[in-house]
Amino acid sequence: MGTIGDAIRQRRSVLRAGVTGLALNAALILLIAAFLLVLLQRVVEHGPSFFLQILAFALANGGIYALIALGYTMVYGIIELINFAHGDVFAFGAFLSASIIPVVGLAEGQSFGVGSALGLLVVFVVTMFVCGVLNVSIERIAYRPLRNAPRLAPLITAVGVSFFLEGALFLWKGPSNVHYPNILPSTGFEIFGATLGVKEIIVIVTSVVLMVALAIFVDRTRLGKAMRATAQDRDAALLMGIDIDQTIAATFFIGALLAGAGGTMFGLYYNTSVFDLGFSAGLFAFTAAVFGGIGNIYGAAIGGMFIGIIRSFWDGYFDSAWTDVVIFAILILTLVFRPTGIMGMRVPEK
Amino acid sequence: MSAIRQFWRTGPRRDPNTIAYIVLIVCGALLPAFLQVFLSGTSTFWLTVFGDMGVYILLAIGLNVVVGLAGLLDLGYAAFFAIGAYTYAMLASEHGVVTPLHQAIHVPFWIVLLVAMFVAASFGVILGAPTLRLRGDYLAIVTLGFGEIVPRVFKNAAVWTSGANGVSALDIPSLPAWIQGPWSGDPFAIVQDFKILAPLAYYVIMFILLILCVILVRNLHRSRLGRAWMAVREDEVAAAAMGVNTVATKLYAFAIGAAFSGFAGTYYAAKLSLVSPENFGFSVSITILVMVVLGGMGNIPGVITGSIVIYSVIFILLPQLPDYATGLVQSVGLSGLTQSSGDYPGIGEFISRLKFLVFGLILVVTMLLRPQGLLPSRQREQELTKGVHEDTTIVDVTAETA
Repeated sequence: MGTIGDAIRQRRSVLRAGVTGLALNAALILLIAAFLLVLLQRVVEHGPSFFLQILAFALANGGIYALIALGYTMVYGIIELINFAHGDVFAFGAFLSASIIPVVGLAEGQSFGVGSALGLLVVFVVTMFVCGVLNVSIERIAYRPLRNAPRLAPLITAVGVSFFLEGALFLWKGPSNVHYPNILPSTGFEIFGATLGVKEIIVIVTSVVLMVALAIFVDRTRLGKAMRATAQDRDAALLMGIDIDQTIAATFFIGALLAGAGGTMFGLYYNTSVFDLGFSAGLFAFTAAVFGGIGNIYGAAIGGMFIGIIRSFWDGYFDSAWTDVVIFAILILTLVFRPTGIMGMRVPEK
Repeated sequence: MSAIRQFWRTGPRRDPNTIAYIVLIVCGALLPAFLQVFLSGTSTFWLTVFGDMGVYILLAIGLNVVVGLAGLLDLGYAAFFAIGAYTYAMLASEHGVVTPLHQAIHVPFWIVLLVAMFVAASFGVILGAPTLRLRGDYLAIVTLGFGEIVPRVFKNAAVWTSGANGVSALDIPSLPAWIQGPWSGDPFAIVQDFKILAPLAYYVIMFILLILCVILVRNLHRSRLGRAWMAVREDEVAAAAMGVNTVATKLYAFAIGAAFSGFAGTYYAAKLSLVSPENFGFSVSITILVMVVLGGMGNIPGVITGSIVIYSVIFILLPQLPDYATGLVQSVGLSGLTQSSGDYPGIGEFISRLKFLVFGLILVVTMLLRPQGLLPSRQREQELTKGVHEDTTIVDVTAETA
């Protein structure tokens, strides 16, 4: 009955959808172009050294966001849970590493040599490991029993764990900002009039190394393969002999390793931390993960860098009071125009 | 106990919610009298507290439409609350003089209630129209982003909103007539042009608002639209195949949910006579969501219970705990614990620092013990446990054949 008519109508609606999509995309491109034009004008106004300086800040900032975002995206990819506690694991990493630094004999003001580098390595490893264990215990206690519960139940326990961790940090160091020992050398290199600090180099290099390591791990190892399989189809993975509980625990562990490293680097870079640090950092890192396409680790890395760049450039060239608004507005626009993030694939609803 | 439980589950063909409604209405109506009799010294304080609790109940009922009935996760609900509150601040105060308008606007409270409702609903539509095609958690993120943007815009647009200081000295709502009597400590009289200042009056207004809203949501729930919401919540594709216009249905949920929030915002602003961007952050959105989920999504008495419990814990129990602990420690003769020494800040401060931790623990434990909420919707509970029962029957059948 009217199959041809139906086919034509269908074709028309597809065409119409295509045209609307095109118009929307064109509007978006125009918007971006206009923004870039204004930015370019300001960049030229302020000169190249200011630009390079901002770029260095942006990459360091973005590297830390990317490390946190990876944990959000891995957990979401595997169990579809927005792990609100993840940002607080990051903050815990910052607090913990600050307490370990004096233990390994590092102190403010001493010259930074090979011994200090080794000490710092110990700080990183211990912090990351403890964060990993913490995150695995959180998963075991608060999320695993609710794996088959109504969808929002684990979300509420995640919020609860987040409050719990914030409360623990509050109890530990009190309500005000806590100084973080400034042990990295404050020197830097002059490049075209901009100062590229040793701090920035360490933060950027460390985050890139960790991200590459993660990519290799997920792509090449058995456990990485198990993670990808579990993320794709948990039941099928179970039938293939993958230990689901163990794989999910491993995902939480690895996510927290990165968050712990991120927390340590945040402390080393900004020399301050506060008990609710994880709240805002987590919010932006999560935004980064969504921006890149949640569930996709490359997307999270790119999204984190992107958020860092937007933040630093808006702070540097425009009014910093509006930075957060701009980031969230970009997030909403991205999702309106590319509903699964810039790197996301269309995944079926489970 | 088990008999009661049995009655609750399978009892006569009567909605167990009826009992819950009756209990809630009776308690709500008798509360002022109860406070007057038992806590006469501090009854006005407690009436203020319960009036504020009403704001959260109203917000939870509104969010329940979005999250519980239509199944759309909204993490930025406080944004609509802020929009409602600022609508009242802009339309009913002297503040207009210092804005570029140079003109104060004084619209009566009762009209602003409706205006704010429409303003908030319009923002719900503006946010919803382009984003409701998004599925599941992506929608949640868009609402989260919106919830973060709105208070920051109110904070940054200082020309219009006085920025972080907020807008103060809002108009006091008034009624053309009011009956006063011994319940408010006055002689019987009919007062003309009554300025609503007393906490009792606010409590009564909130009580009436709540009853109206509950009736409204209950009727919506049972309407064609309510059934469409539930269909979309359970399976969007199947609902669309059955002829439900999913986008319009979701848009209605968003707009109606936002409208309740606008309502609550106006009341909140009028009662506090102050709005400030700090009062509408992410933590407010999360608190309301916790109320809805912990109470029992989709079930109005459950949501009200959840709001009462959570509000009592956050705003009554936890703030009182330090004083209580200090008193307890002193009464058992360990007053040394109240002194601070070194890192230890003294028992009162110590307990007050514990409050985040305790609240988090309460959330986790309650959710682990009752993932379906305190007072879940009966229909939904049966849906959730249906599979389990089917499994047991299958086992029984095999046992018989063996």
